[in-house]
Amino acid sequence: MTQILMPALSPTMEEGKLAKWHVKEGDAVKAGDILAEIETDKATMEFESIDEGRIAKLLVPEGAENVKVNAPIAELARDSEAAVARPAGISTATTERTDPKARRGGDVVERLLRPAPPASAPAPAAPASPAVAADPAIPAGTQFVTITVREALRDAMAEEMRRDDTVFLMGEEVAEYQGAYKISQGLLEEFGNRRVIDTPITEQGFAGLGVGAAFGGLRPIVEFMTFNFAMQAIDQIINSAAKTLYMSGGQMGCAIVFRGPNGPAARVAAQHSQDYSSWYAQIPGLKVISPYFAADAKGLLKAAIRDPNPVIFLENEIVYGRSFPVPKLDDFVLPIGKARVVREGTHVTLVSHSISVGMCMEAAEALAKEGIDAEIVDLRTLRPLDSATVIESVKKTNRIVTVEQGWPVCSIGSEIAAVVVDQAFDWLDAPPTRIAGKDVPMPYAARLEKLALPSVEDIVAAAKAVCYR
Amino acid sequence: MDDPACQERSALAIRRVFGLSEKTTGAAGNDMARAEAAAAAGSEAEIRNLSDMPDRAAVDRLKKFYRDMLQIRRFEEKAGQLYGMGLIGGFCHLYIGQEAVVVGMQGALRATDQVITTYRDHGHMLATGMDPAGVMAELTGRATGYSKGKGGSMHMFSREKNFFGGHGIVGANVPIGTGLAFANRYRKTDAVCVTYFGDGAANQGQVFESFNMAELWKLPVIYVIENNQYAMGTAVSRSTAEVHLYKRGASHNIPGEAVDGMDVEAVYDAGVKAVAWAREGNGPLILEMKTYRYRGHSMSDPAKYRTREEVQQVREKQDPIDTFGARLVQRGIMREDELKAIDKEVRETINRAAEFGVESPEPAPEELYTDVYR
Repeated sequence: MTQILMPALSPTMEEGKLAKWHVKEGDAVKAGDILAEIETDKATMEFESIDEGRIAKLLVPEGAENVKVNAPIAELARDSEAAVARPAGISTATTERTDPKARRGGDVVERLLRPAPPASAPAPAAPASPAVAADPAIPAGTQFVTITVREALRDAMAEEMRRDDTVFLMGEEVAEYQGAYKISQGLLEEFGNRRVIDTPITEQGFAGLGVGAAFGGLRPIVEFMTFNFAMQAIDQIINSAAKTLYMSGGQMGCAIVFRGPNGPAARVAAQHSQDYSSWYAQIPGLKVISPYFAADAKGLLKAAIRDPNPVIFLENEIVYGRSFPVPKLDDFVLPIGKARVVREGTHVTLVSHSISVGMCMEAAEALAKEGIDAEIVDLRTLRPLDSATVIESVKKTNRIVTVEQGWPVCSIGSEIAAVVVDQAFDWLDAPPTRIAGKDVPMPYAARLEKLALPSVEDIVAAAKAVCYR
Repeated sequence: MDDPACQERSALAIRRVFGLSEKTTGAAGNDMARAEAAAAAGSEAEIRNLSDMPDRAAVDRLKKFYRDMLQIRRFEEKAGQLYGMGLIGGFCHLYIGQEAVVVGMQGALRATDQVITTYRDHGHMLATGMDPAGVMAELTGRATGYSKGKGGSMHMFSREKNFFGGHGIVGANVPIGTGLAFANRYRKTDAVCVTYFGDGAANQGQVFESFNMAELWKLPVIYVIENNQYAMGTAVSRSTAEVHLYKRGASHNIPGEAVDGMDVEAVYDAGVKAVAWAREGNGPLILEMKTYRYRGHSMSDPAKYRTREEVQQVREKQDPIDTFGARLVQRGIMREDELKAIDKEVRETINRAAEFGVESPEPAPEELYTDVYR
């Protein structure tokens, strides 16, 4: 008897829905037969048997949600006793549904049936998200609705495309595939192929084409499947998009948004795991946004699309599926360049952005148990950097720890440490401390990858250290 | 050349050459006369010959070609001189020898069409009608320059004239020009974007990426490859496996044509056809302009990669301005003294531009921080 286990269909998938069984108990199956359809928050996929045998028992009913990866979902009886037992009947064909670009060389067997309807997508809650301080930019009494960051981003684009015909989305797989990470789900259907445009795999070309379209008066949203691939387009982003306004004495505005997932995902190794925050944050002429919460993702993406300047919008693949409350407002736009105190505290300031904010929230809970009251500043925008909010917090707590996924050298933390030393030296009771990714290319092995990334424990330890505890 | 009496003399001269009645005046009259003559002659060959005959508008166009080419030549000579005097800094790439390309192409465009190029851009700016004084003031880094002195030789723009630069990175303007064409199609205008680049840029990967998307989406863009034979100091045959650059679109199904880029009329004819092709929604087209630059790649180029004789030979036998001027005289469209008068007027214009460039104030220190964001 072999157990068939719930497969992981993407590097970041932790659970999914068993949408449909294609077999029933007693059915004979052979390798390659479709066993079931599994629905993740990104897609619905068919899942094949790799063994021959008879379905002895279905352990999970059709329609079951939140089935954990590696949980047994069925039992397969071998027809032949001589068959050598294998550990688990998981189709290898479906386990590597990473970013499609990684497979450019050879297509693996994968059938994308249809995009999962957004409403039914299972939305894993953010880890340990206790009370989040209210955003002063949101009017008191506003109602909230809980949606995923993925939905918030899609809604922001859809709303802006409805209000302005010059806004369009282009990128690899944004239209018919519904987005490699399903951010553009449903947009092709609503706006058509004039405004939701699948590009060839040609980052430098379509980034430059987007810049030209922006010079021509349009407002392109250029999606990079991940920002790792934007390095192919870095000349167009910096030399063409960021600098031309200045070089033209103010004539050549470039209203464009470059967006996509940034930073390490999970187990995709060095070329697909880089955090580019500090790269872009260094460039005059660019604005750089890197939100964590869904409300910020929505309000700031809408602001980015309306901004007359080129904006780099750094998302995070792991955060896409997290759910947070978003204000129920007809037109919710947040100001670019404003950090937010998401947890008030008195003993130490934790400054971070993107997924690291979630880690700081967890660390703050742990610290609270040890009597340390941490204040958390979510930068939200990296350029222009809201150093005033950071300085104000440091003047209250007298201690600061910065947290980010990127490399430590010339990092966002380096910049903040410099600013704090420069502007609040006399308020500091301890040297500013930086928590960052390790100074190595991202390793593939799970154990090494874990070591390469900052952990909640690292943040707790650093916070205690600056408190001399 | 703006003198109406002068134009009238030229028009009369043409009529004499073509044996037409001297009573008809103006373009409409010419057309009528031509139609009558054609009908009388009845033979197709004669009709074709007569249709080659320049009418009043054509004469004006030819004169403008001459003046515009000469203005670029004199402007560049002056820029070279100011560079030598230390009044222009940094990189300065002169267009001398290539004038027929931009002037002929511009003649085929409407004011609403866009132009974009790389860094050998002074000629393109003047051809689009930008003010030589503003261009020169940018070269000298003054507040009155097109980019307020912040762009310099390689980075100048005029939204008013639909000139989109002026880009310093070889080949980077090609996707941008393709994007301008994308915007035209998106907004359903009938504007066409002419995207210029050199034989060196033709080997850039992003050029091929642009070709692919332009043909895939049938974008109204004309790629003009100015093949001046040398990418900096590397001859085309030393850098390029297929030296016939007009074939570069073959694998993307983009038609291409080689054009004598030293002959402004040949350029114009090719440009008219190309613009019509792109404007009608047929997608992109490649024109390879066979041309030649007399000066070095930039001001600091000792030109060790070619002989003095090679340059001299092109100058003497193929110079786009001299050959065209001689042709105008020979065809009775202009007289020698009229050509000289144009040269005098152009020299004065350029001298005034240089004066403006040298005497304008430098940008105020506050300008350092403006125009970073809107």
